[in-house]
Amino acid sequence: MANVEVVPRMITKLLIANRGEIARRIMRTARDMGISTVAIYAEGDAHAPFVKEADLAIALTGRTSTETYLDVQQVINACKRSGADAVHPGYGFLSENAAFAEAVTAEGIIWVGPSQHAIEQMGDKLSAKRIMQEANVPTLPAMELKADENHHAAAAEIGYPVLVKASAGGGGRGMRVVESESLLDEAIFSARREAAASFGNDTLFLERWLAASRHVEIQILGDSHGNLIHCFERECSIQRRHQKIIEEAPSPAVNDDLRERMGAAAVAAAKTIGYSSAGTVEFLLDGDEFWFLEVNTRLQVEHPVTEEVTGLDLVREQIRIAEGYELGYRQEDLNLSGHAIEARIYAEDPDNDFLPSPGTVEIWAPATSAQARFDSGVESGSVIGIDFDPMIAKVIVHAPTRREAAIRLARVLEKTRVQGLTTNRDFLVATLRTPEYLAGDTTTDFIERVNPARVRNFLQVELDIAAIAVVIEARARRRASAPVLRNIPGGWRNSHMPAERSGFTYLDTSIEVEYRLLRSGNLHIVIAGTVYEVSIFAAGNGQVDMDVNGVRLHFSIDNLNDRWFTHGSDGDLELVEIPRFPDNSAGSRKGGLTAPMPGSVLVLNAKAGDQVAKGQVLLILEAMKMEHQITAPRDGTIDEIKVSVGDQVANGELLIKLTEEEA
Amino acid sequence: MSVLESSLDTRSDNFSKNLSDMNEMLDTLESLYSEAAEGGGEEAITRLRSRNKMPIRERISMVLDADSPFLEVSPLAAWRSPFNVGSGFVVGIGVISGVECLILGHDPSVRAGAFNQFNSKKLMRGLEIARENRLPYVQFVESAGADLRGDGGDGDPEAAIQREGGHFAESGRLFYEITELSKLRIPTISVVFGASTAGGAYQPGMSDYNVFIKNQSKVFLGGPPLVKMATGEDADEESLGGADMHTTVSGLGDYLADDETDGIRMCREVVAHLNWRKKGPGPTLSPDEPVHSAEDLLGIVSRDLKTPFDMREVIARIVDGSRFEEFKPLYGPTLVCGWASIHGYPIGVIGNNGALFSESSEKAAQFIQLCNQIDVPLVFLHNITGYIVGTDFEQGGITKNGSKMINAVANSTVPHITIIVGASYGAGNYGMSGRAFGTRFTFIWPSAKIAVMGPKQMAGVMSIVQRAAAERRGLKFDEEADAKRAETAEYWAEERSKGLFATSRVSDDGMIDPRDTRTIIGFVLSTCHNAPVEGTKEFGTWRM
Repeated sequence: MANVEVVPRMITKLLIANRGEIARRIMRTARDMGISTVAIYAEGDAHAPFVKEADLAIALTGRTSTETYLDVQQVINACKRSGADAVHPGYGFLSENAAFAEAVTAEGIIWVGPSQHAIEQMGDKLSAKRIMQEANVPTLPAMELKADENHHAAAAEIGYPVLVKASAGGGGRGMRVVESESLLDEAIFSARREAAASFGNDTLFLERWLAASRHVEIQILGDSHGNLIHCFERECSIQRRHQKIIEEAPSPAVNDDLRERMGAAAVAAAKTIGYSSAGTVEFLLDGDEFWFLEVNTRLQVEHPVTEEVTGLDLVREQIRIAEGYELGYRQEDLNLSGHAIEARIYAEDPDNDFLPSPGTVEIWAPATSAQARFDSGVESGSVIGIDFDPMIAKVIVHAPTRREAAIRLARVLEKTRVQGLTTNRDFLVATLRTPEYLAGDTTTDFIERVNPARVRNFLQVELDIAAIAVVIEARARRRASAPVLRNIPGGWRNSHMPAERSGFTYLDTSIEVEYRLLRSGNLHIVIAGTVYEVSIFAAGNGQVDMDVNGVRLHFSIDNLNDRWFTHGSDGDLELVEIPRFPDNSAGSRKGGLTAPMPGSVLVLNAKAGDQVAKGQVLLILEAMKMEHQITAPRDGTIDEIKVSVGDQVANGELLIKLTEEEA
Repeated sequence: MSVLESSLDTRSDNFSKNLSDMNEMLDTLESLYSEAAEGGGEEAITRLRSRNKMPIRERISMVLDADSPFLEVSPLAAWRSPFNVGSGFVVGIGVISGVECLILGHDPSVRAGAFNQFNSKKLMRGLEIARENRLPYVQFVESAGADLRGDGGDGDPEAAIQREGGHFAESGRLFYEITELSKLRIPTISVVFGASTAGGAYQPGMSDYNVFIKNQSKVFLGGPPLVKMATGEDADEESLGGADMHTTVSGLGDYLADDETDGIRMCREVVAHLNWRKKGPGPTLSPDEPVHSAEDLLGIVSRDLKTPFDMREVIARIVDGSRFEEFKPLYGPTLVCGWASIHGYPIGVIGNNGALFSESSEKAAQFIQLCNQIDVPLVFLHNITGYIVGTDFEQGGITKNGSKMINAVANSTVPHITIIVGASYGAGNYGMSGRAFGTRFTFIWPSAKIAVMGPKQMAGVMSIVQRAAAERRGLKFDEEADAKRAETAEYWAEERSKGLFATSRVSDDGMIDPRDTRTIIGFVLSTCHNAPVEGTKEFGTWRM
């Protein structure tokens, strides 16, 4: 017989039912495989890179997740309009929605993922646990919470601290750790509300909470011919708010023997449901004892670390499996090579309990200083809004050893420019550099236990030098655009005149720079009594090359109005320029209350003319699925309400005006 | 265009000596600049600050575009006089909102910003610069008016009156000239920082735009004491001439600022709306640096001006790329003429390499006409002891030919920029476009000496004349007394001929560090190009 390969079902046009970095990630592989790509996008994503990079993009009507990426009918319509013959759901959104998988399949479109049946069985955490118990995979004691049951007795049986978990949950939502009985009712109440809101299913269960265990998960791959293998483990213990931020492969706590045992358990569990495509079996690990947590029937956010250490392209594997190919290799063909670590950069504020901090990524420039993989969905100018997950990028480093990977990743993160909004980047860097992390002492309570620095503290000299770099860049730009006398040295004087001045603020610190031109062309700079002599090698095009008191330094600098984004050898810093002339119109803002972040007005408790007392809640803003109270800063009278319930407001937008205080 | 080669030996004893002499003079210059910048002194400045007011140099720095250059005019006026070095006014050319402006500021820390003969001369020079070069005129007014104390306010009143060479009847021309600027479509802007009384009141009075500062500007023809003396009225300053009153009632003020910073911001806004367009062309050539180092300029000129040097060594260090196309190099070689550019502006250069002879004078007259024919500005580099004297030369027509050169210089209409590098004596000063010959800008090096003739020659001439007079009258000539008299005469002639003396009398625009020559010429060339740059074909009758 002629050796002709028959492809049962060929994918030629793949629609990615997702957005951001994962849409780009999937499109990258699709392009490599000669498959054309279709993006779908919500209104707010119209200018996102994943939309621009797709061969074709279909606009969805609506702004929020529910209105767009979660709207099965709209996504199916997009499939039909685009003529896509396959759908990749990515992670999140509809990726674990069996009804969606069914609808796609019903249209004769290939579903790149596990069967609807597998999704259904694993989607409910309680039923998944039962299946695992039957397959002899160890599970933690758990109990479903029925509405009319005695929760307290159930919790007491499992023992405190106990974990309240949403059965349909994921991503840490609807999850609460309860330390003692008195806190149980409140935790169940709020978890139920969150689960209902997030997943449309308020089923909860209780599970034993292992505070100091490790989160270790096994990547599995199965084809439609019954071949099922595992691609080793990932450890994802570094979490905040029950969400992973640093993941790695392999786990420093897993030896060959344990790896084989956990891998076998995962494969056995998957076999019982006839799993195909890529999936992940999650475990808690304590010493060499492990317990099943859940199965994720999709590609994981952290899949790149597995790709780095195995050399596999998991998206390619998914597509080939969906086309009907056999895996074509066996478990023993896979090898672990080196160590990979991924860090997730989020628009969030580590110093404010890791709450999301939406804003605009004014500057995005991946480090080029060392080898690293950037899976990102942004470019300079991308807005991290309130409608979607605030992840900006994943940065993955693959090195011969774990320690090298961690140290390099920390430096790559530091040398990456992500400016214009608050991120967890500095926190990630600090975490990767803790002795505990470097020693592999990683457990799910790592952040509380080790407490890495939440923010970077700058030395005065670091602020000074960044301010000097900004002055030099700004000066060069001003000179280059001067309408007259452009060739005369900047700030040239023939007699004695006062020094030029430039002022900046960094948080509450102000930096007053006084500088004058020397005959040599150098600048004599004084900041709060400290003298710097600076010679300039290059400036004016966003790259400052200068010598400060004998030390040669390079800075990348950009600005947006009065905001200056600097990036030097120690990383990013944002300075705000104090205007030369105060803005007299700023007076109109006096007595105004402004939105602390973009959001929508949920509740309005006051009207114009009301007498209000200091601390009184005037307005509640809903942003990033959380409520923010706007309170009266002092006793006074409401002058004007600028918004009404339901209004979308921008960061810094004026909400309420109080009458001006009598001086 | 070829690049000038240098034959300057920077390792020679002569160069070292010149360099150390020059550095000594620059040290003096530096300390005088410091003194000038101190204004009325620390105590006066502290008092000013306590009233939330800024010293004049801070006000000016603040109005300038960030990182733009500023050229102060006659910063050492009134040196060696009873008045403060600098004279109490700061005058300069600076860039406000992208526009080159003539800026004048009264220094309230020096005798309350009052007028004296030095700062009046400086102010008039400022108005002249604004008029000739078409620069918007910005004045920061805060002046007690005329200094009623007279000649420095101390000393012997009789001696003071005897020294006076002028009279009140001649005063007030500045008000005439401010309104003349306005007529010439050159906007005039006043920011009134404090009291501006009597004559001072006409400074804003004659201006196109007036910015007044709340609770600070006070403008009246007569202050409360004069009102009391004249009419018996008891007036308070605010209702008599406060900023609020003038901006809401009298209409003398156009803009009311909250404070000094706000007033300066308003001044910048006014300039920004002027829709200013320079009438001259912009730079057209490559503004690359000279290939020879400007540092060498410090060692070229000897303290004893009898030691000659080649002016090409100076040219090679100030013109773009050291490029110079010499005109008539083989004819009249004591004068170097040629074409070059500075900061991209084409120029004609005329420099001295010895006394002026008939040939060199005629060559200059021709060259000046050629520059006028093609609208190219002229730069004069002085090291001139004068026109050659002697029977042969007179018979050869040196007076006639020298007059041709003076005719050409006087009637030329392209901008002239004069740099006095070394000597500038007698009619040589005139022929080389000295201060009285309509030059746009004059700057002098510390090595400059300017006089009717060299001090030694002058003392010698006086001695010869007196000896002849004694002989005529049959008197015995007292050699000892003559020697003493000659020594004294030479000493004072020397003192008066020194550059510092010239610059302190506002007979130039300032003494400069030789290394700044290129920058300053580039600066003022740009300044000149605010006005049209047009040569003339019309000269006085050529004496043939």
